[in-house]
Amino acid sequence: MSLLELSGVEKSFGPVQVLHGVNLSVEAGEVVGLVGDNGAGKSTLMKTITGVYTTDSGRITFDDQDVTGRDPGERRERGIEMIYQDLALAPQQDVANNIFLGREPTKRFLGILPRFVDKTKIDAQAQEMIDRLGVHVPSIQIPVGMLSGGQQQTIAIARALTFKPKLVIMDEPTAALAVREVESVLNLIRQMQEEGIATILISHRLNDVFEACGRIVVLRRGNVIADLKRDETDMAEVVSYIVGAHG
Amino acid sequence: MLKFLERTHVRVESLAVLLALIIVMAFLSPVTGSGVRVFLTANNFFNIILASATFGILAIGATFVISSAGIDLSLGSVLGLASVTGAALVVTLELPWYFAIIGSLMAGAAAGAVNGFIITRGHVPAFIVTLGMLGIARGLALIISSGRGIYGLPEEILFLGQARPFGVPTPVFIMLFVALASHYVLAHTPFGHHTLALGDNENSARATGINIRRQRMLLYTISGLMAGIAGLIFTARVNTGDPTAGLNYELLAITAAIIGGTNLFGGRGSILGTMIGALIMGVLQNGLNLMAVQAYYQQMAIGAVLIAAVWLDQIRTRGRSLQ
Repeated sequence: MSLLELSGVEKSFGPVQVLHGVNLSVEAGEVVGLVGDNGAGKSTLMKTITGVYTTDSGRITFDDQDVTGRDPGERRERGIEMIYQDLALAPQQDVANNIFLGREPTKRFLGILPRFVDKTKIDAQAQEMIDRLGVHVPSIQIPVGMLSGGQQQTIAIARALTFKPKLVIMDEPTAALAVREVESVLNLIRQMQEEGIATILISHRLNDVFEACGRIVVLRRGNVIADLKRDETDMAEVVSYIVGAHG
Repeated sequence: MLKFLERTHVRVESLAVLLALIIVMAFLSPVTGSGVRVFLTANNFFNIILASATFGILAIGATFVISSAGIDLSLGSVLGLASVTGAALVVTLELPWYFAIIGSLMAGAAAGAVNGFIITRGHVPAFIVTLGMLGIARGLALIISSGRGIYGLPEEILFLGQARPFGVPTPVFIMLFVALASHYVLAHTPFGHHTLALGDNENSARATGINIRRQRMLLYTISGLMAGIAGLIFTARVNTGDPTAGLNYELLAITAAIIGGTNLFGGRGSILGTMIGALIMGVLQNGLNLMAVQAYYQQMAIGAVLIAAVWLDQIRTRGRSLQ
């Protein structure tokens, strides 16, 4: 059984059907590239995996359990993390709080008052994570909105990795980055793979996809139209699938 | 000191404004028979805090919803509804005294919960829902009381508004307790962190698994509960369940929260800042009263302060993003 399995996933927004019965599977520790033209349904598909969108029909299993009706919080508990194109960081909150958002470690004061957030622990663990990823941030106590795009991207990745995920979905993680920052993100994906974490990488930058992914899935108009091994294909073939020119 | 202010998101500017205002008011206020400025007497000091207590608690409710990028325009009306509900149970229906407390708090929380329910389930903007509730709660308060004040509350309730244990008016103790508890919740609990994150970036909050609907529901209920507490204090202070209590108080409450440093667009909020904001409003009102400025002009002054505070904030944030 694969780590992640989608069968017959459909999703419509009002009269517009975006996903037409998508089947997809991802193994543990595998890096899969998901490519397709604008509007092919890539982001929608990923959001049905994380639970931000509910599916109209079809089934999603993760780690041998049906997660189709589960909410995003629960899927995150089970090990599905997503790094969004729009970063999904809270710009006025500090770096450490962003990393631990939604999963704040708490303790009780004198065992009676309601649980309060253990800020010391948050700061210490956030710093540890930042150091492990080799990221340079001026301070973990400054608002995330004051960091550069590349720094924000690494904060988003740090957030995803802090809770030992099994699958990380990255939506255009390199789109807004400088060349050197792209390299460090791709290195990070490799590092994750060695730790057995599966990755789905959505990107328009085929160079990055070919460098990082062992398998490339092409989505077109809400259907998976190709599922190719990197070593058996080339960029020209992938492009022809993307634009719909493949015989 | 500066570090403490930064950590609690209290603006240095708002403290400075408060100090400046106190100095100005002290100089402009009339002199008593014994040669002291009226503004600076201990009695007047308690008057300011006592007046601030009612809308200070309302402003705490406003801080919760505004820092989550919401708004509650019904605060003042819900205060009035809570005031007459509590009084009607005890005076008209002759129930035991503590029903005034239960009734006021429940009426406030219930109105807030209705706001939250319609906002989260019906996807109606908070601005519209709470504006509607402003009308509904006020109307209901007038119906319950037949448009007249409900006089004559028992001793126990009057204690909450008129007594001075250790020389300090009871409402001040209530406000301090509510403020400390609220500060703890907003600044130090997961609920508080989620509130600020929700106001900062709703998608971010949703993606990290925060239950947005539950969060909003609770926030508006808290806001209503604060109006309930304020309503109870109002009743106790004037010995009346007053259907017109809290009229236009949402203006004071929202202004206090904003000049205290809460971001009108969400993501940043400070209860301590709000308390300073409430004191600024209290000092402004009190000083203008002492100078015998007509109440009509006071309304204008408060409205102008609100607009000026948001305007200044816009200039600040725009300046920052240009850097």
